[in-house]
Amino acid sequence: MTTHHVILRVVSKLLMPVIVVYAFYVQFHGDYGPGGGFQAGVILAVSVILYALVFGVPDALHAVPARFAGSLAAIGLLLYAGVGVWAMLNGGNYLDYDSLVEEPAGGHAGQHLGILLIELGVLFTVSGSMLTIFYAFAGRVAEIRDEDW
Amino acid sequence: MDIANSLINVALLAMLFVVAVAIIRMRNLFAIVMLAGAYSLISATWFVVLDAVDVAFTEAAVGAGISTALMLGAMLLTSRTAKDERALLGVVPFLVCLLTGAVLIYATIDLPALGDAASPANSHVGAQYLDQAQADIGVPNVVTAVLASYRGFDTLGETAVVFAAGVAVVLLLGFGERSLSDKSAKGAGGKERK
Repeated sequence: MTTHHVILRVVSKLLMPVIVVYAFYVQFHGDYGPGGGFQAGVILAVSVILYALVFGVPDALHAVPARFAGSLAAIGLLLYAGVGVWAMLNGGNYLDYDSLVEEPAGGHAGQHLGILLIELGVLFTVSGSMLTIFYAFAGRVAEIRDEDW
Repeated sequence: MDIANSLINVALLAMLFVVAVAIIRMRNLFAIVMLAGAYSLISATWFVVLDAVDVAFTEAAVGAGISTALMLGAMLLTSRTAKDERALLGVVPFLVCLLTGAVLIYATIDLPALGDAASPANSHVGAQYLDQAQADIGVPNVVTAVLASYRGFDTLGETAVVFAAGVAVVLLLGFGERSLSDKSAKGAGGKERK
């Protein structure tokens, strides 16, 4: 798997950074156009899965360990839920982003901060979970041979 | 304009139908997974025609992208072809399918027309979101405002569902002594990178 397919390897190497940058574009442009944490998380996970399919799962596990992917999923959910608790500590309701920042009435800084943070949480959880699921399946096969397709 | 729109709708739905029939009739799992991805991609195109770009984007990324990759991963663990089922036409299943289809088509008669301003989806809370989102949230994309702020609890629940799916798969398959992933992770450092 890792010794041939030169064209595949070169092209995917070229595409990988573009995919990651696109994922972050989708993530941070979600306020203005279609997109958001779910889509960005999936695209981010796909970039690692593409790496695993072309270069083999062991190499992908070396780059992004399975434990890291699992922890990322947990951290994302904690971040999301934590924003809610933070809002409560500031005297608002759970997930009431307006109470995150002290601002005059009609300001949107709290909303922007809250949405940014929870979308980051979604990004972490979705990409981490998807990658964990892929590793759990693909990690049980030592090497993907060509004739397997 | 309306005719062109209807033609596009009919063409896309016909493609969906053809792909679905092909999936049912095929036995090669690799081809089925690929066709399922194509099905998602056609659905996404159709959602764009319906002006639901956010849904289309999600369908393309999740349905055509990651689902296909995960299905391929799952396929590696099983055989490459489905068991050959002899095609027998049962009378009762056929009638049940026909009846269910007829009921569903009958139900669509009561649905509001596409884009009907008086439909429940457009008149109650939906209209309120559209009016208030700029003043309340200040985010140009109303879909994001609804998903992340108005319906923050729902999105938290969805995120928890994704996390739970990951945890369930790990409990069933991964991180145990039977999982190759941990062994190969340790092996990769020493063996492959000499």
